[in-house]
Amino acid sequence: MSPDDLLYTKEHEWLRIAGDGGAVGITDHAQEELGDIVYIELPKVGTKFDSGETFGSVESVKAVSELYIPVSGEVIEVNEELGSAPERINDDPYGNGWMIRIRLLNKNETADLMSAAEYDEYTSQEKE
Amino acid sequence: MSAYKRTPLHAVHKALGARLVPFGGWEMPVEYSGIAKEHVAVRTAAGLFDVSHMGEFEIRGPEALDLIQFVTTNDASKLVDGQAQYSALAYPHGTVVDDLLIYRHNAEHFMLVVNAANIGKDLEWITSHNRSDASIENISDEITLIAVQGPKARDILQPLTNVGLTGIEYYYFAQARVCNVDAIVSRTGYTGEDGFELYFSAKHSEPVWNGLLEVGTPRGLLPAGLGARNTLRLEARMLLYGNDMDGTTTLLEAGLGSIVKFEKEEFIGRDALSKQKQEGVKRRLIGFEMLGREIARDHYPVLVDGREAGHVTSGSPSITLKKNIGLAYLPADRAAIGATFQVQVRNKLSEAKIVRTPFYKRKEGHESR
Repeated sequence: MSPDDLLYTKEHEWLRIAGDGGAVGITDHAQEELGDIVYIELPKVGTKFDSGETFGSVESVKAVSELYIPVSGEVIEVNEELGSAPERINDDPYGNGWMIRIRLLNKNETADLMSAAEYDEYTSQEKE
Repeated sequence: MSAYKRTPLHAVHKALGARLVPFGGWEMPVEYSGIAKEHVAVRTAAGLFDVSHMGEFEIRGPEALDLIQFVTTNDASKLVDGQAQYSALAYPHGTVVDDLLIYRHNAEHFMLVVNAANIGKDLEWITSHNRSDASIENISDEITLIAVQGPKARDILQPLTNVGLTGIEYYYFAQARVCNVDAIVSRTGYTGEDGFELYFSAKHSEPVWNGLLEVGTPRGLLPAGLGARNTLRLEARMLLYGNDMDGTTTLLEAGLGSIVKFEKEEFIGRDALSKQKQEGVKRRLIGFEMLGREIARDHYPVLVDGREAGHVTSGSPSITLKKNIGLAYLPADRAAIGATFQVQVRNKLSEAKIVRTPFYKRKEGHESR
């Protein structure tokens, strides 16, 4: 069961809203699919992205996967710790494994994201 | 119904929680506990691999050696009973039909072990060049192939078999009992470690697998999937057909000149390869490491002097060396050790340096193939 306090994308990112901002990471399902994460590429603070744009990439031993921003936002903080410890994404995808914090540029877009229940339903269908 | 073939150990893999993926027409375990963990287990203790997707052909009869000598590039006449050899099937222009292992049971009985995705193609190729009517039988579906690889492989296998394993040299094999089942015990592998490959009747798959797992687990053995198999073989610079060589690259370009024996009698590909050897290859498969943190992946373009010169044939993080490594074809005049070039990693160009291979060589024991 995915955490209730987050919103989710079909590309397996999560968004944790706090005031005008939000933290972004990838879901437990995503980290499990990827396997051992060895490298992450994240944007610079100040970069603006439209909803659904690629904001970075994450690489496991076997594959590379693009990261898509759940809603339009400006990067206000990057989790620099992941540079030397990308395995935190595997170990704690919803906590220490967070990737960026953004300032939301259009709060209405959160309506397009899935709740935890919807996301769990979505991943269970994807498996079949 | 799955469109993919399954090995006789499919249910066992599922029960072990393996992630199963399509590979060469098969549904195969790519990982169980994680590629990195499995990789480290093979380098430090042992790993257990189901590679039953590989194909096996039996070649029999007085003309068996003659056929093998004609279709393969290495010299199988040098084999003695109980010895194995790494070799290749070549096209007339010297490119690669497949790479394979040849096992000599006796002068009139050999076994060829070929890549899973090439079973049909190889069978047709060998059959169509069977000038002297040797008997060719595809026994792939009847054979289970399990590999036990790693520094502890011998200690794990020894209590389960009636053959003295120290007596089997690298690239030799014995007919023996393993877990009370008839098996070929071959000191070969695709990981760069010491280890054994066991060929036996598919109907005994589970008892043998479980027997090895039971004895091996307390000694650090882990079931290992194709993911770790790939990172292990790349560190040891063992080539993967379809990536590092295929019908568009010659054996000499791939650096496999040591398995092309010009001094033996006529074989398919000899003239073209002989000519290429005299003239020199125009491109060469080299090993490289990335100078930055980016990871080169299969098929990424490589650039020399800013111009596209080829592509990465295999690229991955090296778990043992903690570097990002790979193989690529480069123009022969730019393929010197220490030379640099660029790899296009998605939207950016990253520097890479040509290094000596194998990237990883085990410290003791037997030489690598």
